[in-house]
Amino acid sequence: MGNKQTIFSAQQLDAYQDCTYFTRKEILRLFSRYRDLAPQLVPLDYTHQPDVKLPYELIGSMPELKDNPFRQRIAEVFSEDGEGNMTLEDFLDMFSVLSEMAPRDLKAYYAFKIYDFNNDDFICKLDLVKTLNKLTRNELTEDEVRMVCEKVMDEADMDNDGRLSLEDFQHVIVRAPEFLSTFHIRI
Amino acid sequence: MPSRTIGRNRGAILSQYYNRTLQLRMRRQSRPSLRDLPHSSRPSLRGYRVESDFSETDSRAESVRRQALVSNLQKLSVSDRVRMLRTMPLSMADKRQSSVSLVLPEDPLPSSGQIRVTSAQVLCHRRRPGSYCTACVLVTAHSLQLWQVALKRVGGRFGTGVLSYFLFLKTLLFFNLFLFLVTGLFLVLPQAVHPPPAVHPPPAVHPPPAVHPPQAVHAPQTPQLPQGPASFSGLELLTGGGYFSDSVMYYGYYSDTTLNRDCDNNGSLPSPGGWRGLDCARQGLSYSMPLAYFFTIGTAFFITCIILVFSMSRSFGQSFRVEQSTSLLAMKAFCSWDFKVVKTSSVALMSENIGTQLRELLADVTRNHANQTAGQRLWRLLVHGLAWTVCSGSTVACALAVHYLAQHMHAVRVLQARGEGGAGGVAADPLLSEARLLALPVGVSLINLLLPGLFNAAGWMEEYDSPSVRNSVAIARNLMLKVSLLSVLCFHWLGREATSGLQCWESFVGQELYRFLLMDFLFTLLDTLLGEFLWRLFSEKVLKKSRRPVFDIARNVLELIYGQTLAWLGVLFTPLLPGVQIIKLLLLFYIKMSSVMLNCQAPRKPYRASKMTTVFITLLCFPSFLGASVCVTYTMWSIAPSRACGPFRGLSTMMQAGRLWVEQLRDANPHLTWLATAHSYLVENPLFLFVAAGVFLIIIYFNSQVVGGQRKVIALLQEQIKNEGEDKKFLIRQLQNTHAKKRDAPARRSQQDSAC
Repeated sequence: MGNKQTIFSAQQLDAYQDCTYFTRKEILRLFSRYRDLAPQLVPLDYTHQPDVKLPYELIGSMPELKDNPFRQRIAEVFSEDGEGNMTLEDFLDMFSVLSEMAPRDLKAYYAFKIYDFNNDDFICKLDLVKTLNKLTRNELTEDEVRMVCEKVMDEADMDNDGRLSLEDFQHVIVRAPEFLSTFHIRI
Repeated sequence: MPSRTIGRNRGAILSQYYNRTLQLRMRRQSRPSLRDLPHSSRPSLRGYRVESDFSETDSRAESVRRQALVSNLQKLSVSDRVRMLRTMPLSMADKRQSSVSLVLPEDPLPSSGQIRVTSAQVLCHRRRPGSYCTACVLVTAHSLQLWQVALKRVGGRFGTGVLSYFLFLKTLLFFNLFLFLVTGLFLVLPQAVHPPPAVHPPPAVHPPPAVHPPQAVHAPQTPQLPQGPASFSGLELLTGGGYFSDSVMYYGYYSDTTLNRDCDNNGSLPSPGGWRGLDCARQGLSYSMPLAYFFTIGTAFFITCIILVFSMSRSFGQSFRVEQSTSLLAMKAFCSWDFKVVKTSSVALMSENIGTQLRELLADVTRNHANQTAGQRLWRLLVHGLAWTVCSGSTVACALAVHYLAQHMHAVRVLQARGEGGAGGVAADPLLSEARLLALPVGVSLINLLLPGLFNAAGWMEEYDSPSVRNSVAIARNLMLKVSLLSVLCFHWLGREATSGLQCWESFVGQELYRFLLMDFLFTLLDTLLGEFLWRLFSEKVLKKSRRPVFDIARNVLELIYGQTLAWLGVLFTPLLPGVQIIKLLLLFYIKMSSVMLNCQAPRKPYRASKMTTVFITLLCFPSFLGASVCVTYTMWSIAPSRACGPFRGLSTMMQAGRLWVEQLRDANPHLTWLATAHSYLVENPLFLFVAAGVFLIIIYFNSQVVGGQRKVIALLQEQIKNEGEDKKFLIRQLQNTHAKKRDAPARRSQQDSAC
C-alpha cells in the first residue's frame, strides 16, 4: 500500500481522515464520485486546494439524492454559501454525517438543521407543515396537516413556547432507535 | 454568514466543545461522583443556552476561543482528539484550521505510509479496550465490505426492513466462517494429513467389531464386510453417506491416538486410551487427537457464546429506551423517512405509506377509545382461543408425527441391518436403503414449509390491537413449532440412536444433521420458487393484479435461525458442517437477492428494523445457541461414545478425556495438583453453573431496578421543565404588566398636567 495517488497531498488526506468518518480508500472513492458529476470543472490535482464549487443542480441529480424530497435542504445545510453549491469538503462532510459511523448527536444536530426551513434555530409550525408536506407529497388534506402539527407540538414541545428547540428535537430522537438506521445514506 | 452555523455561531460551538474537551479530560482522570453533577435543571444554567447567547462576531474573541479549544485538544490522547474532531458540528474548513495547529513534533501522528487508524479502531477506542475487543473483531469484519453494492441496491429499493434480513445472513456467515476456521485448522487438517489406518467397520452395519491387529499401520487392508457403494454416486451429496461416510467429514474417521511425525516406532497405533506410554510421543511433534477434539469444540462454543452475548447486549443497548414512547406522532414525522431508499417507485410508495400511517396514528390519538361491549370482547377472546388451539394442536400433532416416523424409520433400519448381518450377503438395494434415510428430513422440512401458512391463515381471522402485536404472535407461533420439532429430533438422536447399539452412532447422527441441513436448503429454494416467483406470475397473468408478493422478513429470519441451530448441533459430530453451512448461506444470499429484486415489493406495514434485529439476535442466542450447547454438553457429559470409532473410543464419556489428561499432568508433575482439584470442582461439578446463573440473575435484577429508578427521575424532570415553562410565561406577563403600568403612569401625569 504505497502513496501512489497524486490527487491529494499526504497532509490533506490525513486531515480529511481525521475530520470525517471515512477511510483513505473511501475518501478517494468519494472524490471520484464528486468528479464524475462534472469532470470538466473538477481538476485532478487538489494539492493546491483549488476553489471549485459544484452548483446545486449537479448535486441534486446524484442517484442517492435525486428522489429525496429533502435534497435541497440537505445541500443547503452542508454548503458553505447556504445556497446548495458544494465544494469537495462540503461533499465529504455531508456523506460523513450521513454515514453509518456518525453518532446520534451529530446526526440529530444536522437533521434539526434540515427540518428548520427558515434557519431560525427553531422548528416552528410553518417548518413542521413544510416537513409534513414534503414527507407525504402533499397527500394529506390541510386539516389533517394542521392536526398532525398540533399533536406533534403537544408531544414534543417541553417548555410550551410553541416551537421546537434543538433540545426538544433531541429528546424526540433519543426515544426513536430507528433514527440511526433511517438517517443514513450509503455511498 | 455560513448557513452551517446560523444562530449557533462558530464561537458558540467552539466554547461548547471547549467545555466538552475539558470535561473529557477531567473524566479521563477520575469519575465524577453524583454529588458533583449540577442539581439545577434550569436549562439556562446548565451551560448550553448560555453559549448560544454569545452573539459576538468579534473575530478576536473567536480566535481566543479557538486557541483554548486547540490547547485542550492537544492534551487529549490521539484517539480522543480524533473522536472530538469528528463529532464537532463545524464545517471541514473550520475543523482543519483547528487540526492543523495540532501537529506537534513530539506527538507523532501516524503518517499515511503507516497503518492508519481506521474508523473501526476509533470506534473501539471509545470504550474500554480490554473488555470490548470482540467489538473490534465484529466491526472490522463488517468493514470488509462484503456484498456492499448488492446491499446498497436492496436497501435503495426496499428500505431498512428487508435489508436487515440480508445483514443478519451476513452475520451468520461470519459466525460459521469462524467455526469453520477453528475446526478446520485444529481438527480437519491434522487428521487429513495423518490419515488413520483404513481398518474400521462401516458405520451403518451391526456386526461385532473386528479386533485390530497391532502391526496394521499403513497396510491398506480392505475390510471384509460389505460397505455399500465405495464409488461416488450422486446420492452422496444428498444423504451424506456412502463415499462420504468414511471421510474426514464425520466423527468416526478421527483417530483416538496421538498423531506423530518422524517416528520410527509405529506411533499411530490404535491402542486403547492411546496416550499412555508412547515412547515416540517425545520425538517429533505430537498432537493428541482426542484432546484436540474435546478442547476445540469446547473453546469454539465458548467463544461463540461470548460473541453472541456481546452482540446481543450491544443491539439491545442501541434499541432499548428507558422511557415508554409517548410521542409517536413526532417520532413518525421526524424519524420515518428512510434516506437509504433511492428508487423512484419505492420513494413514492414510502411517501404513501407514511401518509397512511400518519392518518392512522392521528385517528388513534384523537378518537375516544370506545369501550367494547362485553359480547364483543367475549367474541374476540373466543376467536383468539380458537386460533391458538388450531396452532398448538397442529404443532403437537406434527411433533407426534415426527416422533413416530423417526421410531418407524429406526425400526426399519434395525431390521434391515439384522437381516443383512444374519444372511451375510449384500444389502437388498443399497440405493433404496440410502434414499430411505431421506424420509425423515423431507418430512420435517415439509412441515416447516406448510405449517407457517396455516398459522398465517389462522392469524387473518383474528383482530389485533396493533401490527406489532400481530407480528410478535406470528413469530411466537413459528418459534414454538421449530422448538418442538427440534426437541423431538434431539430426543430421538441422543436418547434412542445413541443407545441403540449402532456401530458408530455419532457419525450416523452427523449424517442425519447433514441431511437435515441440505433438505432445509432445498425446501427453502422450493419455497422461494413457489411462494415468490410462481405467485408473482400467477397474480400478474391470471389475476391481472400488479400487486407482487411481500417479502416475509420474520419467517425468513426464523428459517435462518433454524438452519444455524442444526449447524451448531452438528459441529460435534461433523466438523465440516460449518463449511457446508457457509456454502449454503452464500448460495442462499444470491438466490434470495435475485428473487427479492425480481418478484417482491416493499412491505406496506411499518417495520421497526432495530427492534426486530434485537429480537432476532436474542432468538439466535437464547433458544437456538443455548439449546444446541445444552445438547452438546449433555452428549459430552453423559452419553457413552461408541466403542469402535472416533477419538473417544474406549472412554466412558467424552469428558473423561479432559479428566484423564489432567490426571496425567498431575502424575507427571506433582506441582500441578491444584489444577486437578480445580478441574474437578469447576468443570465437573454442576454447582458451579448454578452459582454462575445466580450471579447473572442478581445482576439482571439490579439493572432492572436501576432502570425503574431512572424512569421515575425522567418523569419528575419532565414535570419540572413544564413548571419552568409556566414560570417563564408568568414572569414575562408580569414584566409586560409593569412596562404597561410605567408607560401609562407618565401619560396619566401629563394628562393631569395638561388638565390643570
